[in-house]
Amino acid sequence: MSPEVKPDFLINAEGLRIDGRRPDELRPIEFKVGVLKQADGSAYIKQGKTFIIAAVYGPRELHPRHLTLSDRAYLRVVYRMATFSVPDRKKPAPSRREREISMVIANALKPALFLEDFPKAVVDIFIQVIQADGGTRCAAINAASLALADAGVPMKCLVPAVAVGKADGTLIVDLGDQEDKYGEGDVPMAIMPLTDEITLLQQDGSFTREELLEAMQMGIQACKYIHELQKDALMKAYATKAPSEDDDFDDDMETDLGEAEIIGEED
Amino acid sequence: MAIYFQKREIVVPGQLLAEGRYRSSIGTYSKDGKIYASLIGLAELRGNTIKVVPLEGVYIPREGDLVIGIITLVAGNNWKVDIGGPYGASLHANNALRRPYDEDISKYFDVGDVIAAEVIAFDRVSGPFLTMRGRGLQKLRDGMILNVSPSKIPRIIGRRGSMINMIKDKLRIYTIVGQNGRIWIKAPNTKILRIAIKAFKMIEREAHTSKLTDRVAAMIDEELTKIRGEQTEVSGAVPEEKPEEPPTEAEEKAPEPEGSIVEEETPAKVEEPESKSDEAPEAKIEAPVEEDKEQTEEEKEEVKE
Amino acid sequence: MGDYSAEIISHIDRNHIKELLSRGERIDGRRFDEYRPIEIEYDIVAAKAEGSALVRMGATSVIAGVKVVLGEPYPDTPDEGVTMITAEMPPIASPLFELGPPKEDAIELARVVDRGVRESETVDVKQLVVEPGKMVYMVFVDIYALEFDGNLIDAASIAANAALITAKFDEYKWENDEAVPTGNRIPVPLKNLSIECTIAKIDDYLIVDPLLKEEFVQDCRLTIAIDENDNLTAMQKGGGSGPMTLEQIERSMDMAIASAKDIRELIRSTAKERENA
Repeated sequence: MSPEVKPDFLINAEGLRIDGRRPDELRPIEFKVGVLKQADGSAYIKQGKTFIIAAVYGPRELHPRHLTLSDRAYLRVVYRMATFSVPDRKKPAPSRREREISMVIANALKPALFLEDFPKAVVDIFIQVIQADGGTRCAAINAASLALADAGVPMKCLVPAVAVGKADGTLIVDLGDQEDKYGEGDVPMAIMPLTDEITLLQQDGSFTREELLEAMQMGIQACKYIHELQKDALMKAYATKAPSEDDDFDDDMETDLGEAEIIGEED
Repeated sequence: MAIYFQKREIVVPGQLLAEGRYRSSIGTYSKDGKIYASLIGLAELRGNTIKVVPLEGVYIPREGDLVIGIITLVAGNNWKVDIGGPYGASLHANNALRRPYDEDISKYFDVGDVIAAEVIAFDRVSGPFLTMRGRGLQKLRDGMILNVSPSKIPRIIGRRGSMINMIKDKLRIYTIVGQNGRIWIKAPNTKILRIAIKAFKMIEREAHTSKLTDRVAAMIDEELTKIRGEQTEVSGAVPEEKPEEPPTEAEEKAPEPEGSIVEEETPAKVEEPESKSDEAPEAKIEAPVEEDKEQTEEEKEEVKE
Repeated sequence: MGDYSAEIISHIDRNHIKELLSRGERIDGRRFDEYRPIEIEYDIVAAKAEGSALVRMGATSVIAGVKVVLGEPYPDTPDEGVTMITAEMPPIASPLFELGPPKEDAIELARVVDRGVRESETVDVKQLVVEPGKMVYMVFVDIYALEFDGNLIDAASIAANAALITAKFDEYKWENDEAVPTGNRIPVPLKNLSIECTIAKIDDYLIVDPLLKEEFVQDCRLTIAIDENDNLTAMQKGGGSGPMTLEQIERSMDMAIASAKDIRELIRSTAKERENA
């Protein structure tokens, strides 16, 4: 509850940021997949001091009925901040900001999902911000795409996201809370790493055309790095725990996995 | 032509699996001549077909699936049945009862009743529709329902029922395995029930690992030894005396069919174990194991023998 | 948590649970008076909240955060600070929890946990005053369910107490008609530690810390808040409309008093470990 003070500078004489990072350096990121037992899929992300949990339920039956789509599943995203996640206690009721962010997160994820596999159903993504220290919408997308994979929702690829921006005239990656508040601009973005197509793009602050294009290139590079972390986290959650005997062809796994089905298709 | 994964490698959505003239199957998609994973799972190549065996996912019905459902609504001549997953199922009285039947069909199956049924039609826009005409399809009583991830069911059944039959033989339980991730278990006593649950949970957790049947069998033997309180041979037969069990329970008949409910050929599908015999009870109910129709039929035959 | 008499519980589940109880057993193998193992993790929100704790009881988990802000006292209590407890049952925690404004059971959860803390005077509100009639500290404890497998009330109560007992906030003094930070970090003044214990009644059986499946078939539940002197400071009969006899209530009290002792000790010892760490 202590009042926050505007820092004198965001980039110091050595060209480093207030938390000591280089302009293109991300905060430490920790992912964990499968953190909630009730949800069909879940993951958390700790990115610097930002801490977010995402859960996926579904595809499941959609209520209310009038929202159902006949040719695909409805993707419903609810992004909520805990009252204690920010310096001043946030009011418990959902804000306009939370609603808008929910929508842009849904739009960032939708192009990567095969929602047409589940007509009339709903895929619910619930995002709880536990601690907010900048970059929550991007961190939320990072965690949500892992939760979707953990739920077994078919998707073209994971979706990594990061905010790029400008502070003291320098282009920076992965803005912290103070850089977000006191910097000159903020561009949250998300990509589909297979094609580098951009699925989330917002901007505030002022950039030249060249600055913005350069910032987005930095963002794409950062997203690709985050994508590697996402894949690692997912692999880790599903890593084989079997005793490491040599892989014997006589073991029981072969046919259990549906060999017959494919033998039938061979001819 | 190139393959970018090791046999049974765990792959993640978006991972490039192959390039060239391969066929994309479940858990994959193709784009510009390349095949990518769309699910987290184990990549497999058979012939020129590439698939990803899912490790997670909700239940999506398929024709011929044996499922365990809970009646949620009685509406006219239809029951609404919760079978898990995004699609609620319907069961029409004509597919469950012998005509003439009472106007009030809730006297046969009421809300909260649990049934074993078969999916007869599903196309994601209408249905799924169920039937109770078939071997072992009936209202379930007693026992309990264990929920596991539907993607692990093939492993729980095993190759031609090898896993489930091993568990049944060792523990002498009745069980029906629904493709929708619900397992009905009826055990002679709570200790055996807890071992059965432990076994199913172990398979669910370690479904993507090798030599699982052996490890599950070893675990069950160990647990059985513990509850016997003495060392025994690995045959795994349940102890002769079951102290906790009320005698009536042991004599109790397996689920009886409702008087007016359709029954084909055999009346009771879940057979009672011959409690005096050393032989383990023969499984009479088996969920279809494979997608392949021929294979399934063949297996059904096998089970009948 | 709530009244699930309208939910569709399979007859098999219902019979299975009751049959086990009749033999003195529960689905997860616990005794009737046995809690699931309770884990408390502190400082989950260290950078933004004055105090925080994550509590796990089996597959139930909740997170509680404490915020302390300055505000004007209520006109009728000019020399007292304010405490407020809220609790949410967000849809992240269970397929049973719905989107939208809080339903009755979420409101009940918040109110019951709030009463447990306030009726037992856990927080010494007299010490939460910067300047009488002008400026007081307002202590908010906000609780979010993350995973719901039964007995949210007790998990929420433990999390609230754990977050409160470890919370530290900026001290203010009154100078020239305004609140000025002293630079000190002070703990929330606590007088007592009241613990809520919930007993579910199923037929004639009484069990503590019910699982969701047990809540599904319970006739009702009784939540009892117990303070450090083993006094009862709040009760709530809910979770269904089934009646209870006086004898059952008496037995519930004994179960609650015994459990509250253990839980209070757990909170105190883990908070101390955290201090020393």
